[in-house]
Amino acid sequence: MNLIVNGDPYTFNGSADTVTVADLVTELNLTGRRLAVEVNREIVPKSEHGTHTLREGDTVEVVHAIGGG
Amino acid sequence: MSGPGDPAGTASRQGWRARLIRMQNLLTWESTMSEDLLTIAGKTYASRLLIGTGKYQDFEETRGAIEASGAEIVTVALRRTNMGQNPDEPNLLDFVSPERHTILPNTAGCFNAEDAVRTCKLARELLDGHSLVKLEVLGDQKTLYPNIADTVKAARTLVDDGFQVMVYTNDDPIVAKELEDMGCVAVMPLGSLIGSGLGILNPHSLLLIMEQARVPIIVDAGVGTPSDATLAMELGCDGVLLNSAVAHANKPVLMASAMKKAIEAGREGFLAGRMPKRVYANPSSPGEGLI
Repeated sequence: MNLIVNGDPYTFNGSADTVTVADLVTELNLTGRRLAVEVNREIVPKSEHGTHTLREGDTVEVVHAIGGG
Repeated sequence: MSGPGDPAGTASRQGWRARLIRMQNLLTWESTMSEDLLTIAGKTYASRLLIGTGKYQDFEETRGAIEASGAEIVTVALRRTNMGQNPDEPNLLDFVSPERHTILPNTAGCFNAEDAVRTCKLARELLDGHSLVKLEVLGDQKTLYPNIADTVKAARTLVDDGFQVMVYTNDDPIVAKELEDMGCVAVMPLGSLIGSGLGILNPHSLLLIMEQARVPIIVDAGVGTPSDATLAMELGCDGVLLNSAVAHANKPVLMASAMKKAIEAGREGFLAGRMPKRVYANPSSPGEGLI
């Protein structure tokens, strides 16, 4: 399944509509981190990471807090 | 030995009375200072210094500077995570704990209302529903001056969506009033350009803003030295938000400590009320009894 993750093309080895946001977060080595996820410009709340499935061509943003003023 | 009625005893009692009065004065002063809290969106803070987390060498230094500054409100930025991240890579929020500090996510880097609103929504999700944000919508890269049209637009959207908005703005009192009237919880005018360290170049504009304000006015941007921070506080600002002045000092942790004292000195100076300025000299020592 081809996605756009944080602006870059990303191929996930899994079939569309079965892979969840949580699966992607695990694949990205980000499990347990404080982060926020947006799919196609809509926020997917943490409580829905395990159930929200991704589709071919989805645009995903994964953000975290960094130093800034 | 001094007993009742003898001169030494009287002197001693008078000394005691003077000391008691001094102690009472001190207690009154202490209670004045301990009651002098900064209130933002109903929450009180003992520190009037708000600090940024950018441009430090590493997270250890960030943490050291925040601790030395005594700041309770700490601003952070939101960015994309690195892809293929090392799972052990440290995270800012492991060093600046949301349990110990009020984390103030900012929209730094946003140049339009839409991006700023989107960033705030991501921040709210990231911080489990925390709704206090620092809105900044920038105009151009060279000056990082606020884009006021989009700042106003984003502020309105965010307030309507339940956010508590602390808003970076220019030093225009009309704009400051508009932002306050629409429900922003703090108005944060610049003292000079972000990251410039040029200090408070607009004391008269800041006074105009403060004269009419009902929400905290916090100088956000421009402070370069402790004396700049003191000046802002002496003018009557409710707080100062700074980042580069500490992070770009040769010794950031030491500068953070200096800023803490500068803010306190300026605040106490403001509360004490300055002496009037005079054109001519006025001797401090009495003129009578000169030999």
